Amino acid sequence: MVQVLKSTDAVIVGLGWTGAIMARELTRAGLQVVALERGPDRNPAEDFALPAIRDELRYSVRQELMQDPKMETVTLRHRLDGEARPVRRFGSFLPGDGVGGMGTHWNGNTFRFLPSDHRLRSHLGERYGRASIPEDMTIQDWGVTYEELEPHYSRFEALCGVSGKAGNIAGKIQAGGNPFEGPRSGEYPNAPLVASHANELFRRAAGEIGLHPFPAPASNASAPYVNPEGTQLGACQYCGHCDRFGCEANAKATPLSTLAPSLRQASGFRKVTNAYATRVLYDAKTRRATGVRYIDLRSGETYDQPADIVVLSAWVFGNTRLMLLSGIGEPYDARTGKGVVGKNYCYQIQPTVQAFFKDEELNPFMGAGGLGMVVDDFNGDNFDHAKLGFFGGGYISQNSTNGRPISFRPTPPGTPAWGAAWKRETANWYRRTATMLCEGTNYPNRTNALDLDPTYRDMFGQPLLRMTFNFTQNDRTMADFLLGKAADIGRAMNATIVAPQPRKGDFNVVSYQSSHNTGGTIMGHTPADSVVNRYLQSWDAHNVFVLGSSVFPQNAGYNPTAAAAAVTYWCADALVKQYLKAPAPLVQL
Amino acid sequence: MLDRRGFMLSGGVLALTQTDATAAVDAGPDKSSAAAQTSAAAEPLYALTAGEAEVLTAVVDAFIPADDLSPSGSDCGVVVFIDRQLAGSYGAGARLYQDGPFQPSNGQVQFGPQSPLAPLQFIQLGIAELDAWSTANSGTPVKQLPKPELNALLQQLESGKIALPRIDARAFFGALLQLAMEGFFADPIYGGNRDKASWRMIGYPGLPATYAKAIRQYRGRRYQAEPRSIADFL
Repeated sequence: MVQVLKSTDAVIVGLGWTGAIMARELTRAGLQVVALERGPDRNPAEDFALPAIRDELRYSVRQELMQDPKMETVTLRHRLDGEARPVRRFGSFLPGDGVGGMGTHWNGNTFRFLPSDHRLRSHLGERYGRASIPEDMTIQDWGVTYEELEPHYSRFEALCGVSGKAGNIAGKIQAGGNPFEGPRSGEYPNAPLVASHANELFRRAAGEIGLHPFPAPASNASAPYVNPEGTQLGACQYCGHCDRFGCEANAKATPLSTLAPSLRQASGFRKVTNAYATRVLYDAKTRRATGVRYIDLRSGETYDQPADIVVLSAWVFGNTRLMLLSGIGEPYDARTGKGVVGKNYCYQIQPTVQAFFKDEELNPFMGAGGLGMVVDDFNGDNFDHAKLGFFGGGYISQNSTNGRPISFRPTPPGTPAWGAAWKRETANWYRRTATMLCEGTNYPNRTNALDLDPTYRDMFGQPLLRMTFNFTQNDRTMADFLLGKAADIGRAMNATIVAPQPRKGDFNVVSYQSSHNTGGTIMGHTPADSVVNRYLQSWDAHNVFVLGSSVFPQNAGYNPTAAAAAVTYWCADALVKQYLKAPAPLVQL
Repeated sequence: MLDRRGFMLSGGVLALTQTDATAAVDAGPDKSSAAAQTSAAAEPLYALTAGEAEVLTAVVDAFIPADDLSPSGSDCGVVVFIDRQLAGSYGAGARLYQDGPFQPSNGQVQFGPQSPLAPLQFIQLGIAELDAWSTANSGTPVKQLPKPELNALLQQLESGKIALPRIDARAFFGALLQLAMEGFFADPIYGGNRDKASWRMIGYPGLPATYAKAIRQYRGRRYQAEPRSIADFL
């Protein structure tokens, strides 16, 4: 039996970065907000305490802070006529779980997307001609521009105390920063992190071959910091346990470290943990949502939480699946190209280069999540694509994030995976290898999409989300190009051995690649090309707002958190300043 | 004194008093090699049979042979680690989606293992199949294979040249190698990596991992410290 609860002003599904930001903005505006979170609450002082939080097996390998696939996973097929199989253990990407979501165990890389990334189809059309864009590459403009988002990017950086060096302040190029970035309104809140030795080798070599290295912007505070919410962040200890771990120093910005204190004090805020949302209650006749149905995972009871506004912030898969399960918007059909929900699912392609140095000591265990040296010369459309045969690109970086030995044990090509030779090479190179990452774009393809799986079910018997995905020729050509550039840097670093690690074959869900999944509920200009309008408001239910990287029409060559947060602030701004005064579609066609 | 493999082969797999957790505490930061020797004695088995542990001991010691860099895998507690992992929630299939239908992976490794078996049963079946294959093809069970033959057998398993009748041979090999490496490199609190042997081998300092000053001070210079485990801080 379903128990109907007392109505509230807004209900939010998912309490990671975007849900927490929206909860903060709506309670600030005086609304009563109920946030539903599938996972548990987290108490950093206890849950992330030393020494237990330094346990690589428990947190990194066994993924204690991540979503449990036993409850819900996704299925994969590589092509439309393929048979999907469930992802039985998460590997290539790691969905979050619990209050804080993926924001608990991210690394902290806080990049802005390029201005051209936000209006990709227009930009490429203007520079190369509209006919140059392949028919199956279903890229589009976001509907909101970088200039409109700039204050919101700034706001998120201030919230997180990002450590970095600006490269472009109001159009004026700054020495030591990224000369390719969009104009910023100001410097970063904190100075860059202390560069590692490997970072310095990369910086020198990249500069020598005419590239433009800069320190990666990182939400790992380089000094103690008080954010505009009045919450205190500690200084980073370079412990090498950011990704997949909580931060005992409170130096990594997370929803728990930056927003939770404010939300605890907000009288209008209530969070319900272990609450598994199963439906947006949608009235197709009036084209309004009336609330959210969820299962309390502790009691097994089903509840309806009525609300005037429904906010979906359950990451890429959760948002898309809830829209499909609830019948909001037309599901995308990859064979006909009709419909929109599930369209433009994108990932990233991230080949790496390992540089082995026989005479360098690199102390790989010292690092911070976002501690990196980066070149952006080959990202987005920062370079001429006219004769290259692909669009897109990515940054190339040397990241000193962790040297945890279950997972990080580089050996030169040709080394066996076990036995005496493996031991010798592992002991030789563990401390002397720098890894360079190419963070490659993934542009949408007509056949890469999400829908409901016809066979596999979650623990409550509901269809899992099915992804149809593979890398395209554009992705592979782009990745090989980036890999060549990264190898050039490795050689300029005077590495003893430079070993490019290309991404070959069909997409695999086993080895970790990136948790930078995007798309499925994309934003755009009309209901024919998008699920939500430029304010992230559903075209089909004006009181439903969808947050996070599921709204990106395509993926960029950057870590997506800052862009997801920026559009959330942008959406919250429109919601509070316009929608609350006159609840109606914010874009009239 | 028998080495661990010899001890296991002699059938001496019985419960002893010292757990590995206490061994790690006793070791302390300055008493390095004594702990490895004292804890090389047998540990109780929670999930595997003595026979299964013997096969695993042979395999783990082929993966991680004893040399001047470290003791053998089993002397480092890797079999103990694997047994405890398989006896616990991991072995039971925690955090593993196990709903059907199940389809054979047909060599498509991109989807990950698709077996309906929980890891404990999967590894047990794999051990039995491998031992049966070895006996059928060379007349010798795995634990009695001379080292060169055992290495050759494992190489064939790794490269997909051996098909086991009831199990995905490459998936089995992959799971076994992964577990062995976890046992060798994880924090010693889980029963493997005794005396932090692997951490000493590569120069990983373990805890406490606060390097706010060291990252600048040791730029380009080796940072050396007695490696410390979670247990050393309790």
